This record gives sequence, C-alpha cells and structure tokens, in this order.
Amino acid sequence: MFVTPAFAQEQAPATNETHSLEHAESEAKFPPFDPSFYPSQILWLAITFGLFYIFLKRVVLPRVGGILEVRRDRIAQDLDQAALMKSEADAAVAAYEQELAEAKAKANAIGQQARDGAKADAEAERKQVEAGLEQKLAEAEGRIAAIKAAAMKEVGTIAEDTTAAIVQELVGGKADKAAVAAAVKAAQE
Amino acid sequence: MSNDPIHQFHITKLIPIEIGGYDFSFTNSSAFMVATIAVAGAFLFLTTSSRGLIPSRLQSISEMSYEFVASMLRDAAGSHGMKFFPFVFSLFMFVLVANLLGLFPYFFTVTSQIIVTFALALLVIGTVIVYGFMKNGIGFLKLFVPSGVPGILVPLVVLIEIISFLSRPISLSVRLFANMLAGHITLKVFAGFVASLSAFGAIGVAGSILPLAMTVAITALEVLVAFLQAYVFAVLTCMYLNDALHPGH
Repeated sequence: MFVTPAFAQEQAPATNETHSLEHAESEAKFPPFDPSFYPSQILWLAITFGLFYIFLKRVVLPRVGGILEVRRDRIAQDLDQAALMKSEADAAVAAYEQELAEAKAKANAIGQQARDGAKADAEAERKQVEAGLEQKLAEAEGRIAAIKAAAMKEVGTIAEDTTAAIVQELVGGKADKAAVAAAVKAAQE
Repeated sequence: MSNDPIHQFHITKLIPIEIGGYDFSFTNSSAFMVATIAVAGAFLFLTTSSRGLIPSRLQSISEMSYEFVASMLRDAAGSHGMKFFPFVFSLFMFVLVANLLGLFPYFFTVTSQIIVTFALALLVIGTVIVYGFMKNGIGFLKLFVPSGVPGILVPLVVLIEIISFLSRPISLSVRLFANMLAGHITLKVFAGFVASLSAFGAIGVAGSILPLAMTVAITALEVLVAFLQAYVFAVLTCMYLNDALHPGH
C-alpha cells in the first residue's frame, strides 16, 4: 500500500504521463509532506540518532570531559605550586630581612660596646694620669715646703755668722757667740 | 527539472526494504543521516584522539562545542540538568552537522524533512514528560499552574499553559524545518536565475551577476542560519528540560 507511490515517485520525472492516477497524486505532493516515506525516515532517524547518542555518551563525551578535567586539574595544580613557591619566596625574603635586621642590631651593639669600652678606657687613663700628676704635684709641693723650711732654718745660722762678722769688723775682737745668737733670735721675732 | 527548487527535497530509495507492509527503505535521506553521524562522530573522535593538554585547533573546536553546550544547559537547567548533557549535545551536533552538510550542492538536507524535525521535537517533549512525571510525580502538573495568579484567572491561565505546552513540539519542529526549507528554496531560485539568464547571450550573462552575488550572500546567510537553528533547537531543549526538572516556575 505504501510501496506503490514511493516506487512511482522514483521514476517520476521522465515517465510522468504513462503512470496511474495514484502516481499523479503523489507527484503533486510536496516531498516533505509526503507520508509514504515517514516510516522509513523515522526508522533511520531512530537508528542513526540512537547510534550517535550512544557513541557520544560512551566514547566522545567522557573523553572530552576527561581532557578538560585533566587540564583544569593541571592548571589548579600549577597555580597551587606557584602559590606555594611564592609563599616560600616570601618566607625566604622575610627570613633574610630578619637576619639583616639582627645583623644590623648586632653590629650596632658591637659598635656601641667598642665605643663605650674606648670611652671608659680613655676616662680611666685620664683619671690615672691626673692622679699621677696630682701626686707629683703634691710631692713637689712637699719638697718645696721642705726646702723652704730648711732654708728658713739656715737663715738663723747665716744671720748669726753675718752678725758675728759685722761685730768683728766694727768692734774688733770676737763677739760672744751665744749673745749674737740671742740677738739674732730676738731680731728674727 | 534541474531548475525545480523543490527537486532537492525528493527522496529516492537506494535500498528498498519493506517490513510488515511498511516501507523502511534505505533512502538518500537515510544515507545523509548516516553521513551526518559519521562526519560528526569522526570529527569529535579523531580531533580528541591525541588528548592534548594543549589543544590543537581542531581539538579546540570539539572542546568549544562541548563547553558551549555544557554552559548552555547549565545556565538554562542548572547543575541537575547535566544528566541530560549527552542528549542535548547529540541533538545539537546532529542538527548542526545535518544543516551544514545540506549546504553543499547536490547534498540532501535531512532537517528539511518535517517528519525528521518533528520526530526530534517529539523526542525532546517525550523526554520532558516522562522525566517530569518520573521525578516530580503528579507535582509535574504544577507546570500548568503558575504561582501568584489570581483565583479567577487560574482556569484561563491553565488552559493557555496547556495549549502552549502542546504547541511546543510543533513550534520546535516547524521552526527548524521551515528555516532549512525556505533557505534552500531561496538559494535554489536565485541560482536558477543565474543559469536561465545566462542562456540569453551576453546581456543575460551580464544580468546574471546580480543573482550570482545574491546566491553567494545567501549562502553565507544560510551558514549562519544553519548554526543558529541548531543553537535555537538546543537552547529550547534545555529550557523545556528545565521545566521537567523544576516545574514550579
């Protein structure tokens, strides 16, 4: 029943007139609206689309999905690694800066210490020198006082001698030594 | 006959098969369905066979079409909709490749057959109905009762919703079919002008430049339409599937 128009249509162009009325009817139909091929179209669409669906679902889509998944994982992994490296680098920079700061502090401390030490040494030396000088000054003053005392003590003797000599010249004869000494002593006071 | 714009839609039997009084012949249309899945399947299979971490150009095309459909489905139906991804992707690729193959001269356009697009549309709506009732039970019928409608209007709105739901397979199939049919007829008519005008000597040849330019322009337009219709078909499929997943609007 479905076969006749379909067969007829196949040979339609050349032998149009010789065919039956039935054929003429099917020829007049617009091909997409010709129901004689509907079963065939639906069957082959079901077969081809079904195969296509199964092939894509089983083979192609898992594969493409896998490729994209692997790429996404790889990028995420690389980003993680980069972040890790960055944090490591940051830590290294921080450690370096801390070490630098420590070294600076240490250097400052050493400098300070050296400066303080040098200052203290200089101070001590100065004090020592000053003490020495003071001692020497005291000694010298002592000596001067001693000499002065000695000189003052000799002044009496000289004066007695001189007085004796003057008395001898003026009076002639020897002056009494004890009298001279008493006279000088009296003059001295 | 060569200038008959309808001739390209004729179906011819290549291998006659008849089962139980029905004609299941392998026709030129069937041959191009096979060609469609062969081209699409082989392209997707071969371009991704190297599984490159850094994709080649052709591999990028396969990956882009994957992600294009995936994001389309996720946007329309949410992450629950991803279980329909193989279905939507198959539909998109099948329609797209069938449309594009049809643009080659002397090739048959599978999607210019109303029964083919209607069968695909029924497959979509059938999936929506079956899955909708499977997942939501009788709650799927809430699809026809939008929330926030005043009580008096409910019967009217439900009626409109039911009509619009029933017209979906028709609009879905007719949109694709009519676009492909009209485009191919237009193309054929303009190309026919070129042939018949150039039969009138030198003036005819000169005059045929205009329809020739039109043919080139329409061919470019048809490439766009081929992609656009596959996209529209897939997007609407995603939106209908969203109704099955989330019927409560």
